[in-house]
Amino acid sequence: MTPLDLNTTLVELAYFAAAVSFILGLKLLSNPRTARNGMFLAEFGMLTAIVGTLLSHEVVTYQWILVGLFVGTTAGVFIAWWTPMTAMPQRTALSHAFGACAVALVGVAEYYSHGAVDLGRVKMTAIGFEVMLGGLTFTGSLMAFGKLQGLLPGSPVTYKGQNTANMAILLGLVGCVLFLIISPTAPMGVFYVMVALSLAFGVLLVLPIGAADMPVVIALLNAYAGLAGSATGFALDNKILIIAGALDGASGLILSILMCKAMNRSITNVLFGAFGKAPEAGEATTVTGTIRNLPADEAAAMLTGAERVVVVPGYGMAVSQAQHVVKELSDLLGERGIDVKFAIHPVAGRMPGHMNVLLAEAGVPYDQLKDMEEINDEFRNTDVVVVIGANDVVNPAAKNNKASPIYGMPILNVDAARSVLVLKRSMAPGFAGIENELFYRPNTFMVFGDARKTVQDFVNAAKKVSQAA
Amino acid sequence: MESQLHVIGVIVFVIAAFVGHHVVHRVPPLLHTPLMSATNAISAISVVAAITIAGSAPEAVKTTLGVIAVAAATCNVVGGFLITDRMLRMFGGGKKK
Repeated sequence: MTPLDLNTTLVELAYFAAAVSFILGLKLLSNPRTARNGMFLAEFGMLTAIVGTLLSHEVVTYQWILVGLFVGTTAGVFIAWWTPMTAMPQRTALSHAFGACAVALVGVAEYYSHGAVDLGRVKMTAIGFEVMLGGLTFTGSLMAFGKLQGLLPGSPVTYKGQNTANMAILLGLVGCVLFLIISPTAPMGVFYVMVALSLAFGVLLVLPIGAADMPVVIALLNAYAGLAGSATGFALDNKILIIAGALDGASGLILSILMCKAMNRSITNVLFGAFGKAPEAGEATTVTGTIRNLPADEAAAMLTGAERVVVVPGYGMAVSQAQHVVKELSDLLGERGIDVKFAIHPVAGRMPGHMNVLLAEAGVPYDQLKDMEEINDEFRNTDVVVVIGANDVVNPAAKNNKASPIYGMPILNVDAARSVLVLKRSMAPGFAGIENELFYRPNTFMVFGDARKTVQDFVNAAKKVSQAA
Repeated sequence: MESQLHVIGVIVFVIAAFVGHHVVHRVPPLLHTPLMSATNAISAISVVAAITIAGSAPEAVKTTLGVIAVAAATCNVVGGFLITDRMLRMFGGGKKK
């Protein structure tokens, strides 16, 4: 074996070890108790792969690599330490943008230094996909980041002929890729037009999508970023990139499907439906009834008198940063022997698992956090449900009003509980722009105001009850 | 020979996708946010491709693209794993103090 072969073999082995560690790491993520160790394993695999690459013969200079590693590490540490948990959706969107950016640049660099003739059709196909997916994921994720961070309007931006315009750009994009594959001698300009079109398409794709649909979009961009990574693996004959990209792609796809199911919508509908702009679809439903307004101390008395309480958090809890005081309330009730659980709808918040992370941050033990399937039958035996900043995910219209745009969407059956407390800033409808008949039910009581302040009032009132007892 | 290599690539991709599907399906919704940041960190393995580009014989355009790619991917590796751990610590995983 020549030294060169030995080196290549070692690098391949390092990659293989990394692939195994990634898969095991994700496997251990199936349980919160083992998850952390799984990630240590994956980190070790990552380190092995990076060190292996640095030692490979393909690398001849180090100074620029070190610059990149230094800048990336600094930025990574900064972001990881300073991102509040409420901003996790933005952080995730931004990291998809970074990942896609890296992949797209690698593709451009490959094309730039080899050209289509030299690359051959197979690699050109791979690079075409890589740059196309990478480019659109990059700008699409930046758009998602802007919307989530509030830099861009969160409401859908629509205009006449939008879908036609988007389709035209997509066709142009695919046309460029095909042209480059079929005729490798095509002018390099075609490639750069393709890059520009993919960047433009990413922007236009996310533009019409409302903030409430972000869980699906983030998951979908996750899948694209993974697939772009896999394409890079094909372009460079690098198996570890193919594997890691496939894992990421599978995860993103599974999550997008789960999110879509949880909203009873298809992916095409999310991408091209511009859901949020359609309040006219819900026009048929004029809900009649009276709103019962309840002062905080009476609401607190209702809570302290209950035996079983379920809290339903929504994006409103994240906005008002109410998770810590919610945990305090939950502890106070727990001390009185009241059974408190949290019901988490899959699309509550702005990304998959958003509410779980916030409540875990506040210190709520994870066995109190229940999925929709786990808890939906328990609402019947629940005395008080506290809905904090959630709306569409508890709207009974999804079950019994065929005219409603959210009809068919699986919801939390909070209306089955004995009484429901709804904490809301105002009577404004939720993101889908739909009236919520839950608010008019005889067993529903509204407590208006900022969620954090309201829950704080509950806590204060509950403390008084405890002291009096 | 070259086409053979690519067939192997396709096989690897399909198997990895199946394994990924199988593994990810078992992750409870409770951990979906950490899952996303974990897979994001893992897919930032593309840093190795960026490293080979930034570390090849210096050439202005290629090296510039390579360095930016290294920085972007490294940011995801480091930031992704750190933030995943920060979240998993909150879920009481791995009682190391």
